[in-house]
Amino acid sequence: MIEPGLIHFLIVGAILFALGLMAILSKRNTIMVLMGVELILNASNINLVAFSRFTELSLDGQMIGLFIIIIAAAEAAVALAIVLNVYSRFNTISLDKINLMKG
Amino acid sequence: MEVTTLLFYAFAIITLSAAAVMVFSKNIVHSAFALMFTLIGVAALYVLLYADFLAAAQLLVYVGGILILILFGVMLTTQGLTFSFKTTAVNVPAATVVSTAALMLLIYAFVQTDWTIAETGVRDDTVREMGMMLMGAYVLPFIVIGVLLLIAIIGAILMSTRLSAKNDGEI
Repeated sequence: MIEPGLIHFLIVGAILFALGLMAILSKRNTIMVLMGVELILNASNINLVAFSRFTELSLDGQMIGLFIIIIAAAEAAVALAIVLNVYSRFNTISLDKINLMKG
Repeated sequence: MEVTTLLFYAFAIITLSAAAVMVFSKNIVHSAFALMFTLIGVAALYVLLYADFLAAAQLLVYVGGILILILFGVMLTTQGLTFSFKTTAVNVPAATVVSTAALMLLIYAFVQTDWTIAETGVRDDTVREMGMMLMGAYVLPFIVIGVLLLIAIIGAILMSTRLSAKNDGEI
């Protein structure tokens, strides 16, 4: 086994990104799509922190990662409130059945 | 072989296999639990990258907050008394092709690029320095993100309370 370098972390991030993309494209439950978005945010965060680790140990990448975590928290709260509203209006959260622009 | 090498491979395997279980599971509650293991594995990877404060924030915010929120969302949007929380997957071949293409493209780009890596020593703790940066160079984004969080919380509470008020009126 080789000692993990920058490329290993980047590949882990890339695989996480691909799995998140897969969840977003193939799932029809809105909450599953949200989980896919969380996976993609984590993948980008791994990349940022890895870059910050392997370039002269600066903390700027970690700082941006911290802001991404905060924005993900805000996004999850608002998105779940929207999902609950959609559920009370359409009685389903399947993305194929939510097809009205105007309630 | 060093311990960190072994730990990296172990946590990478845990993270990626849990993510795969999350994506390909048919049961949404299983997906949520697999997401928990993915997030814990990512936090461990942060520790291996000398980002201890970020790992703690990841555990607190993601595992302690967002995951609980997602589980509440699952419970509140499932009809009736169900024992199986099934999700349907559509367009599986097309989605597989697109995501595999994205993965191949990313890995090709990462392998082909000639990264200049600085040989650096080890870092002990990041908390003090990050606090200094938050109060120094990053004070404007810090304030802006505080306002953003406040607006998001107020918006989420408004949407949810309007929802329960409407339901009370109907009953």
